[in-house]
Amino acid sequence: MTKPQELPREAPVEAIDLRHEFADLGIGAVLDQLDSELIGLKPVKTRIREIASLLLVERIRQKMALATTFPTLHMSFTGNPGTGKTTVALRMAGILHRLGFVRRGHVISVTRDDLVGQYIGHTAPKTKEILKKAMGGVLFIDEAYYLYRPENERDYGQEAIEILLQVMEQQREDLVVILAGYGDRMEKFFQSNPGFRSRIAHHIDFPDYSDAELLWISELMLQQQNYRFSPEARDAFIRYISVRKTQPLFSNARSIRNALDRIRLRQANRIVAKLDRILTADDVMSIEAGDVLASRVFASDMAAAGEGQ
Amino acid sequence: MRITQGCFSFLPDLTDEQIAAQVQYCLDKGWAVNIEFTDDPHPRNTYWEMWGLPMFDLRDAAGIMKELADCRRVYGDRYIRISGFDSSHGWESVRLSFIVTRPQEEPGFRLDRQESVGRNVRYSTHSYAATRPEGERYADR
Repeated sequence: MTKPQELPREAPVEAIDLRHEFADLGIGAVLDQLDSELIGLKPVKTRIREIASLLLVERIRQKMALATTFPTLHMSFTGNPGTGKTTVALRMAGILHRLGFVRRGHVISVTRDDLVGQYIGHTAPKTKEILKKAMGGVLFIDEAYYLYRPENERDYGQEAIEILLQVMEQQREDLVVILAGYGDRMEKFFQSNPGFRSRIAHHIDFPDYSDAELLWISELMLQQQNYRFSPEARDAFIRYISVRKTQPLFSNARSIRNALDRIRLRQANRIVAKLDRILTADDVMSIEAGDVLASRVFASDMAAAGEGQ
Repeated sequence: MRITQGCFSFLPDLTDEQIAAQVQYCLDKGWAVNIEFTDDPHPRNTYWEMWGLPMFDLRDAAGIMKELADCRRVYGDRYIRISGFDSSHGWESVRLSFIVTRPQEEPGFRLDRQESVGRNVRYSTHSYAATRPEGERYADR
């Protein structure tokens, strides 16, 4: 697939078969894959659907010899910890590549240290170096608000921001920049850098997952690692999710992943505790209710309930 | 006299699109692309000044074309060439090198003959441009 500008110039056509064009680009496959692999994230999927439709329309307009401009695709992902910002950003490069918006489809993932230098005159070459590497792909800036440090007026972050803004504006067709960070801090960052907000076309807010979605995610994670819940363990895990959500420092899918890691540890421990027996594949794959219920989360829940009485 | 050094030098000057395609070829092969410039095009002057550092780990030619545009803005009146360096074992050398920008007027070279002992003659090529100090050789032509 080539990007819209690179299409060979043909005689303008009057009518185009939309379905044929849709199938030709493989948009359907991209969207289906997204739906099956990412759980929840309604606003994100909606936005990708819109971008895909835009590409389709742009191509058709190109064929009809109507003037087109390259759309601004820079994005900002905000949301609570563990809502899938990084996962989606990494996947976004692939999607944009398949849709023909970026030429190479690689992701350069950076944080403040990669962009901001340590002494005067160090920042600009460093930032430019990273930008060059990201050309033709996606530059993913995680925790972007660290770039701007208002408490230190001599901070070099501002210089990196200016270079970024310039390239984001002038080389829109060469590079897509995705910023990610927690909602409130990103909001402060955009307030102090209004230029950034206006140059980013897509501000996408990642919602928290519901209990059902978290359960779905956990089952998907287990499936990928060749584990599964026994029915009782599944019920216990549903309880685990609802209890864990009320406790501090809950970070959505990341907490779930960590919980599953600890459950796997306990399962392994339980299996190894009884050495004199023949194990089946089923035994090592299944997670029992006991593995889930031994969690510290329930203990503190009990304590809280006890105090209440 | 048109200088013919490196690849493509007998062809008409490459357009930016063609340069980008050649650069992309280098990148796809995993070579590090360099931009170099000089105002002393003597054939034995192999070490040209570098514009910035060699560009490793790039994926797309757009970054290099940006650097080339910057280099042309500063040294557009001199010779600029692009080279692709292959760092893989066994090669470790420049695999492709071509001139992308040249001065509007290239005065060329004079052949000097020096009579030496016996009937020996020593030859040297002398660039007309190089009679002027560095930095002023092509500037006002």
